[in-house]
Amino acid sequence: MGYDAKLRVWRGDDEGGELKDFTVEVNEGEVVLDVIHRLQATQAPDLAVRWNCKAGKCGSCSAEVNGRPRLMCMTRMNTFTEQETVTVTPLRTFPVVRDLVTDVSFNYEKALEMPAFQPPAELKPGEYRMAQVDVERSQEFRKCIECFLCQNTCHVVRDHDENKPAFSGPRMFIRAAELDMHPLDAAENRKEFAQESQGLGMCNITKCCTEVCPEGIHITDNAIIPMKERVVDRKYDPLVWLGSKIFKRAGA
Amino acid sequence: MARAINSEIKAGRGSPHGGIFLDIASRRTPEYIRKRLPSMYHQFKELADVDITAEPMEIGPTCHYVMGGVEVDPDSAAARGSIEGLFAAGEVSGGMHGSNRLGGNSLSDLLVFGRRRAGVGAAEYATKIGERPKVAQSDVDEAVTEALAPFTRDSGENPFALQAELQQNMNDLVGLIRTADELEQAIKRLQELAARVHNAAATGGRAYNPSWHLALDLRNMLLVSECAAKAALMRQESRGGHTRDDFPKMDPVWRKVNLICKLDESGVQVVKQDIPEIPTRLLDLFEIDELHKYMTDEELTRHRDGGSLSDTTAASEGGAVNGVRRETARLARRRRGW
Amino acid sequence: MSAPAAVRDIARRRATIAGRTLRTDRWWLQPLITVVGLVAWVLYAVIRTATQKYYWVPQYHYLTPFASPCISASCIPEASHLGQWLPAFPPLVPFAIITLPFLLGFRLTCYYYRKAYYRSFWLSPPACAVSEPHKKYSGETRFPLIFQNVHRYFFYAAGIIALLNTYDSIVAFHGKTGGFGFGLGNVILLANVVLLWAYTASCHSCRSLVGGRLKHFSKHPVRYWMWRQVSKLNEKHIWHWRGRRWARSR
Ligand SMILES: Cc1cc2nc3c(=O)[nH]c(=O)nc-3n(C[C@H](O)[C@H](O)[C@H](O)COP(=O)(O)OP(=O)(O)OC[C@H]3O[C@@H](n4cnc5c(N)ncnc54)[C@H](O)[C@@H]3O)c2cc1C
Ligand code: SF4
Ligand code: SF4
Ligand code: FES
Ligand code: FES
Repeated sequence: MGYDAKLRVWRGDDEGGELKDFTVEVNEGEVVLDVIHRLQATQAPDLAVRWNCKAGKCGSCSAEVNGRPRLMCMTRMNTFTEQETVTVTPLRTFPVVRDLVTDVSFNYEKALEMPAFQPPAELKPGEYRMAQVDVERSQEFRKCIECFLCQNTCHVVRDHDENKPAFSGPRMFIRAAELDMHPLDAAENRKEFAQESQGLGMCNITKCCTEVCPEGIHITDNAIIPMKERVVDRKYDPLVWLGSKIFKRAGA
Repeated sequence: MARAINSEIKAGRGSPHGGIFLDIASRRTPEYIRKRLPSMYHQFKELADVDITAEPMEIGPTCHYVMGGVEVDPDSAAARGSIEGLFAAGEVSGGMHGSNRLGGNSLSDLLVFGRRRAGVGAAEYATKIGERPKVAQSDVDEAVTEALAPFTRDSGENPFALQAELQQNMNDLVGLIRTADELEQAIKRLQELAARVHNAAATGGRAYNPSWHLALDLRNMLLVSECAAKAALMRQESRGGHTRDDFPKMDPVWRKVNLICKLDESGVQVVKQDIPEIPTRLLDLFEIDELHKYMTDEELTRHRDGGSLSDTTAASEGGAVNGVRRETARLARRRRGW
Repeated sequence: MSAPAAVRDIARRRATIAGRTLRTDRWWLQPLITVVGLVAWVLYAVIRTATQKYYWVPQYHYLTPFASPCISASCIPEASHLGQWLPAFPPLVPFAIITLPFLLGFRLTCYYYRKAYYRSFWLSPPACAVSEPHKKYSGETRFPLIFQNVHRYFFYAAGIIALLNTYDSIVAFHGKTGGFGFGLGNVILLANVVLLWAYTASCHSCRSLVGGRLKHFSKHPVRYWMWRQVSKLNEKHIWHWRGRRWARSR
């Protein structure tokens, strides 16, 4: 049943580090996180790894397994052969704290920049009413567990740290879409904010965010592309553009 | 349910991995299951290749919630005891949910008491004290020395191995079904573990070092374990999440006390503390019939229908008497316009 | 707190992991297939349009979709259903010059084709979690790529072309001796029209315009219904990829 797996884990901190080889016992039904825990308990007590629920619900255990961004607790060991070396590395896109732990502050700060839900002025708490068909689209985005695997995979920042100030990333795009599609959100300028402040235009819809999302959220098809279309409504529709020019001139 | 599962497994009717089978596929449509239990569906599919819309799943009882916790003042959420300015709400505070939390109540607890009690209470306290208390340098030094001690224990034990042992002990002996023998055995083992826990060693540096964190946390885990075991031994009844094989019945006398754990030089001490009487206006919200199971006859004399109680119970258990009592209760309800 | 993390991150160190990826699977295969497939199709299409032969089968009234609408004086009169309002094209200028820019534009700005060629041709990125070779990246924020935003206008044009092609495919039900006729050509023309409609109707711009841009589906039941249908088609938008190439290449 059990076997000894070959594991290669990145160990180090912001001063440097390297991939280290280990041999760790694996039992039936185990996931990568189990094996990392066994490694920690038996051979490398100071191995830094972030985790919480071991059920794919808290989004803490994000890492890269054989180069693929994954939740360690949702990656079964039996998806690898017993001979295969399983390489576990920290998320590449964020500064490393130690071993498998990175500092994901970037994502929280981008979330803070996002204007919050704005309820209609005339409604008091308790008076909000929404139809299910109207909230359904937003509900898909509420499944997000903030694992930031999409943020990590997105080449816009993964390959270009310098884009970080201008680009909020796919997790924030689904938040933008969620609010823009929210039946009760009264904010007027979400589309402009997405394009001008979140860097929606930098996304080239290559869909890697969708490929890695452990919650199966259709980030590109249901959030980013609809938002791009909504931005076109506002910004690149020549009729609207012409209209706004003419009326501005007339008013001035 | 957990108890039922346990007895099935004990009777040798368990599933291959020592659990039982839960089948929702035969009771609900696949669409319903996917819509209402998306996480469960997803997890079984991803982790076990089990499609719960088509086949049964293997399950077993596990620790889900801690009913005990920091004793707090019910109005201000300030912790009772000697630490001033400590407030607690949520799972870490004790007493809110009695002997067994109902599903969904935890999140409501957090929302209501997190703000009303702990949040507002702490804010009030902070504005009232005026001057901030000063920490004595000697206390800081002592805390630092204690915190760094695991790095100095060259021959100390691996904290992960200790934690596994502690877990096993608690699972085997202070688990779902308890007996005096096993609880005593558990307490003895915990006392043996104590010395080893205080010799747990950490290796490596101070940055994000799980072995160090665990070496420090183990001391608290040990204390909480000891509290749970000692209180469970003292409480000679079964109630909510606490089941004593040797005292299988719920006893209304035990409902009247909380067990409070205190730490002194000789270790964890458990003392009985009377819980406040239920105000009559709350007591009267219930039918007296519903309360017999939970309250002593003496307590029930305070109920709106409790005046004649001693006569009626002294009289026969006859249906007529009960019938009369129920009738008056119904009238009472109508009067209140329920 | 000093500078925001987005700025601080630039100066902070990531884990030192060598290599552009640690992926062990054949991540390069998909982009390779796309390159080979697309290049082959483009070559074929160029040769086909440039040779300007066999676009009209007189006895069956088949007009190859590439050449429709045939509105220049170089066209065979019978193939010019909409009249001939343009002078004769000089040699080597294909009839397709009228619709092709729109159809090409529609494809070039299609969200799915964009993904495909950004990945396979521009390697930006070649595959997920495989680093791209470019030093700088600005996405679709600047000239020329900002013009990807005009996709919806190509969608309108494609709708009109689809209508014309539909007309052609109906006219093609014309027997050798007049009256009603049916042959392999009809099947191909019809399949082409169905695929063109499927592709056009499943476009993201279409999905947005029919209903996606609404905030309250509950107030627009008909558009909500249409949005759901288009959404279903949209999931299969890329099927067109193979199918349409198949029909065009007949
Ligand atoms: C599997 C599962 C399912 C559940 N489902 C439900 C449900 O459906 N409905 C429901 O109502 N309840 C449910 N519960 C219970 C409910 O989720 C918890 O009781 C509730 O989340 C507890 O919240 P809390 O804020 O009190 O504590 P926690 O959420 O546990 O928060 C404690 C925090 O303190 C931090 N912390 C710990 N030590 C330190 C330290 N030394 N220094 C600083 N920070 C520290 C921790 O990191 C943590 O963030 C469920 C519980 C489980 C385990
Ligand atoms: S689709 Fe856009 S947001 Fe998603 S990974 Fe690609 S570039 Fe980033
Ligand atoms: S959208 Fe998906 S991948 Fe991104 S943070 Fe949320 S759950 Fe993770
Ligand atoms: S540990 Fe929570 S998602 Fe993996
Ligand atoms: S044609 Fe492909 S998305 Fe519009």
